[in-house]
Amino acid sequence: MKIKHLLAGGSLLALSTLPVAHAGATLDAVKAKGFVQCGVSTGLPGFSATNDKGQWTGLDVDVCRAVAAAVFGDASKVKYTPLTAKERFTALQSGEIDMLSRNTTWTLTRDTNLGLNFAGVNYYDGQGFMVHKSLGVKSATELDGAAVCIQAGTTTELNLADYFRSKGMKYTPITYDTSDETVKGFEAGRCDVLTSDQSQLYALRIKLKDPNSAVVLPEIISKEPLGPVVRNGDDDWLKVVRWALFAMINAEEMGVTSKNVDEVRKTTKDPGKQRLLGLSGIKGQGLQIRDDWAYQIIKQVGNYAEAFERNVGQGSPLKIARGINALWKDGGIQYAPPIR
Amino acid sequence: MSEGKTDYIPGQYPDLPPPITEVGVVGWLRQNLFSNWWNTGLTFLGLYLVYLIFVPLIQWAIIDADWVGDSREACTSGGACWVFIRVRLDQFLYGFYPVGEQWRVNMTGLLLAATIAWLTVPKIPGKRYAGLFALVIFPVIAYLLLSGGSFGLEPVETTLWGGLMLTLILALVGIVAAFPLGILLALGRRSKMPIVRALSVAFIELWRGVPLITVLFMSSVMLPLFLPEGVNFDKLLRALIGIVLFQSAYIAEVVRSGLQAIPKGQYEAADALGLSYWKKMGLIILPQALKLVIPGIVNTFNELFKDTTLVMIIGLLDLLAIIKAALEDPNWLGYSIEGYTFAGLVFWLFCFGMSRYSMAIERKLHTGHKR
Repeated sequence: MKIKHLLAGGSLLALSTLPVAHAGATLDAVKAKGFVQCGVSTGLPGFSATNDKGQWTGLDVDVCRAVAAAVFGDASKVKYTPLTAKERFTALQSGEIDMLSRNTTWTLTRDTNLGLNFAGVNYYDGQGFMVHKSLGVKSATELDGAAVCIQAGTTTELNLADYFRSKGMKYTPITYDTSDETVKGFEAGRCDVLTSDQSQLYALRIKLKDPNSAVVLPEIISKEPLGPVVRNGDDDWLKVVRWALFAMINAEEMGVTSKNVDEVRKTTKDPGKQRLLGLSGIKGQGLQIRDDWAYQIIKQVGNYAEAFERNVGQGSPLKIARGINALWKDGGIQYAPPIR
Repeated sequence: MSEGKTDYIPGQYPDLPPPITEVGVVGWLRQNLFSNWWNTGLTFLGLYLVYLIFVPLIQWAIIDADWVGDSREACTSGGACWVFIRVRLDQFLYGFYPVGEQWRVNMTGLLLAATIAWLTVPKIPGKRYAGLFALVIFPVIAYLLLSGGSFGLEPVETTLWGGLMLTLILALVGIVAAFPLGILLALGRRSKMPIVRALSVAFIELWRGVPLITVLFMSSVMLPLFLPEGVNFDKLLRALIGIVLFQSAYIAEVVRSGLQAIPKGQYEAADALGLSYWKKMGLIILPQALKLVIPGIVNTFNELFKDTTLVMIIGLLDLLAIIKAALEDPNWLGYSIEGYTFAGLVFWLFCFGMSRYSMAIERKLHTGHKR
């Protein structure tokens, strides 16, 4: 609570001392300095983490790279600022970073009180359950009377209480301080169920000695839409970030991938694809960036499916199923307005 | 007198060697470990505990461990996976410092080691210059080398600094800058000038009254809000200032305890010689006072060295933070024990080194005041 007040108060203070930013300030500044300063998580498996070579990788990181590709035609023109959960909004408000792509849940309070704008959703997360396979449980509704391992002091705890109360079920909470301890508790058989954000459950599962001994249940009991964030009052920049994400989703929908994008660009007769790749239509004019911006994103970062599978999906150790993050036409809810 | 055993009346044969059970290894064992049935029991219990702990530890850390390879697939034996540390070692040491520029960090490290050797090894002459070099010239060289931007060196932003290198920078700058500031504060607190005294007391009590984590948090979260947009000063610099101010308050109190231990006669003798305030302090009081509080000062520095890990909460990736970050790489999930063991070992080595150094100084400066 206190931190929230601090942040809210701090942001008010920040806004009151800021010079009035004219629209496009960030986009112009970014173009002038030649790179995007992007705030990412100090470490979250599949979303932002450093690989053995010291490069940042992950689904959140790919949003930064997509924006850089759109503005400069070079996805590597990003400088990363690793941020903790507490300092992420200040870093954005104070102008230390140009955009925040750090598994940040889009909520009313954050969208309104903090002077921020959410540009879109790059991952629909939600709290889920992981159980020992030996229990034979297929659904969260069969969890009456279960012992549940949770991390103390998180909203996860509150969501869990709400869920079990609404279903009229009983449970025994077993709380731990860190996620590592929670996994050890689960592994040692202190509890039947482990609950956390679903994207994290898959990462926790790998930490088990035998990852195949546990399964993640399909139910999701809370809404956690995660997406990139920019400062309020800078619409031009907001639109660049938003459409960089939309371009990736549209590319998946049209079946354009980093592998076939050159081929498609040469041969396509499809007006939709032509507009996407900057061959016709409004091109980069509306966003005030290069005409082939979407082509550059697809070529260098890939479409949404490629980014998803590479970082968190089947191509990664996490092996998260697309689930609700599938395209709307495949039964998910990822949907992007058309590029026309 | 029984068979095979010779008994002597005590004192009858003063030239005989002492009985085998009283001297040497056996004698020591008997005296210290097996002097009666109770102690014998405890000895065996202790040995059993050592066995319980060390056999599985060695089994895990050495015998069953995996050393070679370059991915988690190489870790199959069930023991420690040191491959993880090996693959990431560059990152743990240098953070994100560009690979082609890492020689600059190495150079700085070597120079630091040479400077420390110059300061510590008694045979190398010119200690007075060594101190000057360590406190004035070395920091300038280190800064120019590490951050670059001049002499044809490519600039490397502090956001790319990390790992052990960042830990050492935080600790060394904290120590070198906080020490003189702390001495001034201690003198200020014992000054007869009311304003100086009041300011020193207020400063010390303010910084001692807040946890370091709060200071760091303020420096990274609140401070930027007070600055106009676009005016950013380096996050590392903000953290460093916070650490130095915080630590100087602690040093001040340690030094003050030394000042208070000096008998009043020393002050009066210095005054009687007609020395000025600074001469009195610099030549008579401080040399004695600082010598007395070496254990306290080293203790504070030791603590500071370990406290640097708190910068994790403001997103600076020091040794521990970068290990934690590496643990979140999906390709290396689940090797936290190896990571933390490595961090613990490195920290222990440095702290142990510091305490050995302080013991050496104490012995060297020992002038008979020890009780």
